[in-house]
Amino acid sequence: MSDLAKTPDTDKVQAATGTAVDAEPSATPAAAVDPRLLVREQGFAGYWSEFVRKIRGGELGSLPVVVGLIVIALVFQLQNDKFLSASSLANIAVFTSGVGIMSVGIVFVLLLGEIDLSVGSVAGVGAAVWAVLSVTHGWGDWLSVFVAIASGLVIGALHGFFFAKIGVPAFVVTLAGFLGWSGLQIWLMGKEGSINTPTGSVVEDLTTHFFADKAAAYGLALIAVLAYGASQYLDARRRKNAELPSRPLSEILLRTGLLAVLAFVAAYFLNEPEGARGLPLALVLFLAVLVIADFVARRTTFGRQVFAVGGNAEAARRAGINVDRVRITVFAISGMLAAFGGLFIASLSGGATKSLGAGNTLMMVIAAAVIGGTSLFGGRGKIWSAMLGMLVIQSIQQGLNLEGMPNEIQYMITGAVLLAAVVIDSVSRKTQKSAGRA
Amino acid sequence: MIHVSATPVLALRGVSKRFGAVQALTDVDLEIHAGEVVALVGDNGAGKSTLVKTISGVHPIDEGAIEWEGREVRIGRPHDAQGLGVATVYQDLALCDNLDVVANLFLGSELKSASVLDEIKMEKRARVLLDTLSIRIPSVRIPVAALSGGQRQVVAIARALVGDPKVVILDEPTAALGVEQTAQVLDLVERLRERGHGVILISHNMADVQAVADRVAVLRLGRNNGVFRVADTSPEEVIAAITGATDNAVTRRRARTATATKEGAK
Repeated sequence: MSDLAKTPDTDKVQAATGTAVDAEPSATPAAAVDPRLLVREQGFAGYWSEFVRKIRGGELGSLPVVVGLIVIALVFQLQNDKFLSASSLANIAVFTSGVGIMSVGIVFVLLLGEIDLSVGSVAGVGAAVWAVLSVTHGWGDWLSVFVAIASGLVIGALHGFFFAKIGVPAFVVTLAGFLGWSGLQIWLMGKEGSINTPTGSVVEDLTTHFFADKAAAYGLALIAVLAYGASQYLDARRRKNAELPSRPLSEILLRTGLLAVLAFVAAYFLNEPEGARGLPLALVLFLAVLVIADFVARRTTFGRQVFAVGGNAEAARRAGINVDRVRITVFAISGMLAAFGGLFIASLSGGATKSLGAGNTLMMVIAAAVIGGTSLFGGRGKIWSAMLGMLVIQSIQQGLNLEGMPNEIQYMITGAVLLAAVVIDSVSRKTQKSAGRA
Repeated sequence: MIHVSATPVLALRGVSKRFGAVQALTDVDLEIHAGEVVALVGDNGAGKSTLVKTISGVHPIDEGAIEWEGREVRIGRPHDAQGLGVATVYQDLALCDNLDVVANLFLGSELKSASVLDEIKMEKRARVLLDTLSIRIPSVRIPVAALSGGQRQVVAIARALVGDPKVVILDEPTAALGVEQTAQVLDLVERLRERGHGVILISHNMADVQAVADRVAVLRLGRNNGVFRVADTSPEEVIAAITGATDNAVTRRRARTATATKEGAK
């Protein structure tokens, strides 16, 4: 053998992989590649074949939800052509935002492999704190909003403390919170029973303010598309420079193009048709929460630690991660976002009441995260599933409202959708196991 | 033969550890030099795991001293051991199944640029690390759940090397592995020695010990029961030391009769 660096074994591997190794020029020396591995081809064909393989292996990701949304839109539009009208879509956007923000908190908790049953009550406490401070005690608008959100944070941290430090199961801690905090909410609301949102207040604006200027919606769509495309391109270039496998330009263009179509169609429906009111502030806030939360989950050490604790808490502890701190922080985030969402609900329903956040709010919030594709078993999921799942739920509700369906039927249908989502989660986990991916 | 430096990297002198009424370790000595593989053997309950836990900081020692490069140190918690440069690969693999290989390798010591995870730098370092150890895994971006048992074990060992430790403790690294995977892990142990790490290898498998270890330290009932050079010891002698076969009525009688015959011959 002329090349001393190669062992006979390496040669065999190279012969076995053959073209596969050639197809990935940036791959490390052939010795590192297992001959049984299907190396992904560069270019668009490789992208497609990998997509098909992932679906077969049970890594469905967001696919069921996206398909579901399309089916829902088609069915309701055929029933009633008002479903895809401007006011109906704006309604969906506004109604999705508040509970969607609460659902982002739940996604974090589910990533830990835990559950937070108290979000509805915490939302109610948040709204009550804001209403009592700002209306009854005449505090400043922003200050009372800030204190309301902070109280959610403290409540969540308290749940986290009992769970992480004392060792009470999260299910029980938050179930106690579910009862206890709704008691606090009723006590806070006191004799009045309900406090109306003052006109012109920050909380009223949360869901009633629209950016009527058409430039707002189009501008936001443009910024989103450019930011996404640029970050994908820069990342691919850095990876290429570092001689790591990177996304081909065709794939980046395809992804950016898809996002552009989605963003501009949404902007068009918010701006152009008869009765359109422009870009809702609620949607902007929801998107901001999603982008920040997604960044935290995927790009920061804390996010990595959340996934690690959700995957294997003991391994995380041995790796030097402060598991208790991660758990407390996650529950604090969940409480904070619940209180923030509570303000949206107060804004939508015209004020804080004794029963705000009660009823099916909690179930909708958890259902949205699960329908969106976040696993109940911890460690697997995406922040964006909060938005996708909530879109499904609100679209169904909006469609059934347009049909004049009563509440009880809506509950049954939403329940069936939730069950279907969990079935998909469980079945795809089984498939992943048999495909050696879970 | 290996070059053994004068001062051991890690030395235990007269270490004792008690759990309630159980004297788990009594007056145990152990020395590990750089570039040396020391196998730690003994029957179940001999104190191997306890000894390793005192080194890795899980259980602080009750009596005796731990010396690190000739200086006496105190190891009171896992953090202290990691700070000195002791990395432990536990028997139950401490990996997160849902994270990919890169994320697992750098878990707890992620590389960051401006407080954002630097995935590219981590992936590059991971590839270099795996290459230098000649570790073959399909891709550094697949979840650990998709790897075989042997691949997980080598990833777990590679993970211990990210912080560039001086002493690596492997707790039964081949216990659940097949023939091929065992060979891979043994190769890896030899590569650790070549790179100048001191290795403590806990194993029940005498073949593995014979294959890679330079010295064998035997524990029996929480006490030292001999340290052997692998090159000039037979497996039977080591097994005898493990089971205490050299210390029973038969051997004592044989020793007695041997002396008696000698004296009789005079």
